[in-house]
Amino acid sequence: MVSKTITSWFKGFKKNKSDLKSKNLQKTSQTDEGKKIILVGNPNVGKSLLFNRLTGSYVTVSNYPGTTVSVDTGKCEIAGEKFEVIDSPGMYSLSSITEEERISKLILFQEDADILVHVVDAKNMERMLPLTLQLAEAKLPVLLVVNMIDEAEKAGIKIDKSQLEKELKIPVVTTAATTGEGIAELHRKISEYTSQDNYQVKYDEKIENSIQKIKSLLEGEYPISKRSLSLLLLQEDEDIQNLVKETEGSNYENIHKILSKTLSNFKQPVNYLVKMKLQREASNLVSAHISDYVEEPMDLKEKISRAMIRPLTGVPILLVSLFALFIWLGVGADSVGHLIEDDLFEEFLTPILIDWVNTYIPYTAIQDLIVGEFGIFTLGITYAIGIILPIVGFFFFAFSVLEDSGYLPRLALLLDRLFKKIGLSGRSIIPMVMGIGCGSMATLVTRTLETDREKKIATLLLALTIPCAAQLGVIFAVLSVYPSALILWGVVILLTYIIIGFAASKLLPGANPSFYMELPPLRFPKLSNVLRKTYTRLIWYFKELFPLFIAISVLIWALDLVGVLDFIIAGMNPLLNALGLPIETAQTFILGFFRRDYGAAGLYNIQEALTGVQLLVTAVVLTLFMPCVVQFVVMMKERGTKIGILMALFVVVFAFIVGFLLNFILTGLGVVL
Amino acid sequence: MISEPAEEALERIWACLEEKDEDFISEELQSYDQQILKELKDLNLIEYRDQEIFLTSKGFEEAKSVIRRHRLAEKLLHDVLGLSGEDMETAACNFEHILGGELEESICTLLSHPEKCPHGKPIPPCECVHEGKCACTVAVKEIIEKSVLPLNNLDKGQRGEIVYVKTNKKENLNKILSIGLLPGRKVKILQNYPSYVFQMEHTQVAIDRELAQSIYVGNIEDEN
Repeated sequence: MVSKTITSWFKGFKKNKSDLKSKNLQKTSQTDEGKKIILVGNPNVGKSLLFNRLTGSYVTVSNYPGTTVSVDTGKCEIAGEKFEVIDSPGMYSLSSITEEERISKLILFQEDADILVHVVDAKNMERMLPLTLQLAEAKLPVLLVVNMIDEAEKAGIKIDKSQLEKELKIPVVTTAATTGEGIAELHRKISEYTSQDNYQVKYDEKIENSIQKIKSLLEGEYPISKRSLSLLLLQEDEDIQNLVKETEGSNYENIHKILSKTLSNFKQPVNYLVKMKLQREASNLVSAHISDYVEEPMDLKEKISRAMIRPLTGVPILLVSLFALFIWLGVGADSVGHLIEDDLFEEFLTPILIDWVNTYIPYTAIQDLIVGEFGIFTLGITYAIGIILPIVGFFFFAFSVLEDSGYLPRLALLLDRLFKKIGLSGRSIIPMVMGIGCGSMATLVTRTLETDREKKIATLLLALTIPCAAQLGVIFAVLSVYPSALILWGVVILLTYIIIGFAASKLLPGANPSFYMELPPLRFPKLSNVLRKTYTRLIWYFKELFPLFIAISVLIWALDLVGVLDFIIAGMNPLLNALGLPIETAQTFILGFFRRDYGAAGLYNIQEALTGVQLLVTAVVLTLFMPCVVQFVVMMKERGTKIGILMALFVVVFAFIVGFLLNFILTGLGVVL
Repeated sequence: MISEPAEEALERIWACLEEKDEDFISEELQSYDQQILKELKDLNLIEYRDQEIFLTSKGFEEAKSVIRRHRLAEKLLHDVLGLSGEDMETAACNFEHILGGELEESICTLLSHPEKCPHGKPIPPCECVHEGKCACTVAVKEIIEKSVLPLNNLDKGQRGEIVYVKTNKKENLNKILSIGLLPGRKVKILQNYPSYVFQMEHTQVAIDRELAQSIYVGNIEDEN
């Protein structure tokens, strides 16, 4: 009962209820999976490493039901007892701001953990203990893990564990997940865990009285203590308000009335008062163990980090990184692609299959379906594996390296000011870079942005201007024969990005989102982690997109079979004439309608037939052209059908207008590329 | 010495005079305690003429001083400590009686000689401005250096302690609180362009101008 209500209090989760059921990360699993352990904590406290220590290699990464936030689940056995372990996304406090934090809150409320392991950074205890207090106060079964104890000791910080245990009334373990120190003790404390008489923060009289007032009104059943729930209501937490609204039904109106009346008595936000109190409490708790302000040494890592965020050095570093990324995609992915496409498919597999099909299947139509010009094998599978897979795989590898190194947050702060000019915040850098890999995935990632306005602008820019890796690879390969065309292409796309972003930020109502980000320390990425992430993303990509490739092959084959394809191609003739393009490009655009990269790949086959200007115009229109079917579907799902369709229409019309103008200007000036 | 109730009465008189053209003040004083009127009379701050009550020139100066201290106090409480409404009023009423001399001038300088109180009423100008010489004494300088500045006004390398957080946007307050940018926290500025980056304990945090403007830092020290 309880979990059903919780699923519906998140906006947007309602449609995904079925996901939640089918996924079944829930209680029912208790019998076969054992007790449930949930890891919670701030970002960058070594939570994932600790998770790996606990679970070994039995890990599945999946998006949390109904969300895009990935959640790791694993199993482990401690002292003969089975446990299921869930690694929740990083959260700062119970008052969530980002999608990740809300998911963590959802997990906390929904999963009914037997043990909640709160992981904190020993060096930043004072800042992280407030969450421990919040969790304990909510009567959740907390176990505190003070991680990175080795680094803290190096900095001269000592932690009196038993004293902390006594005062907090919860078990405390100190660990160093990197070396494995303290893991045995953690195992022991997990297996011995019994729920405790929890710590309770005493707020000032006014707040305490208000808590009592609200608490007495709550009638439903909740996964956390009513005291905590009342306190969160007083802090005006929207998720909790929705939860209470759903649970209490008609009683809510009364609660809401009394709540607003109580709140009007406070001059300062209760949220502020509560956080201050929690902070004071935490400071008192750690004051005995924490030495004052330890200066970080200015080591090489710190020097690199500073260089990355200072504009004078940061911009060149960004350009070099982008260049390296393109080289990586262009040269690395391309050579592997050629190896697979030319050597494996064209030289080896395709001839065998064609032979086989022609021998055993007598019908030409069926033969075409499999190995014809638009056949499932010759078009769908060859493109998917020969062209797209290497580029996307190489991209995901590079993205995981960027992600694990800690460069992306630094890039975000460097670009925040510029991004504000086009209505975005630095946070948007993550979907934008992701978009270079796969626009559909990037459009999903826009969910992590804060405001609706920012999400819309990012979605539009992703659809219009950001070429995905597959497309980029093909465009680079095709245009590399005409370097000036390649430069012009870059200029046109960049200008479009800036002009459309600027216009959208002026036209859409609302304010720019404010930007904040914690900078994780720079790290040298671990190959095993990078490979794991790349693998996970590739699996996602294939699951989502491979069937579409096949379906599109079948569709085009069918259109071709009944003659509609020729009809459409003929119909496009006037449009292509306006762009100064030959009829051969029609096929490219039609393919591009289904998958942008697919269309670009088609460009390969006709490049000899086109002049430099024609290639440039085709490349520009293809880049700006409507995103692939998948991205279009994701756009409608994320931004609503109406907005999705409007954006797509705009993109198509805009792409052709730009193409027309470009051709008009270039041929008018008599430019030959 | 003037008693506090008498000072309050002078303040009230000044406020009334601001609002009307006549220079007599009988009406306003009718409701006042005879005791207070007697004190004002004895101190030669008011006088009776033709059954009306007037401020003497000494009384005028005294009232001006009280009103100045009250409005300066309001300004200080409002701008620096972020108080408003009833809170500000009550505190200002207590404040005005203890302000005086050098401290009054220091506050006036600290707030860069404000002309209007938070309610928009004029603050009688400071003597030092009148005479064209600003009394920026050592004490004032010290106050300014130790004063409270929004984080975006700090230079690279400076360190300080967060004194308070002031923002009207609920979601911004939420963000600031959740990263743990709370009063008492020590920060060191690493960079202030294009974003504000600072060290807090063992963590580095980046925020934009809008958030930096709502975080006030005190006890500011330069590098080394």
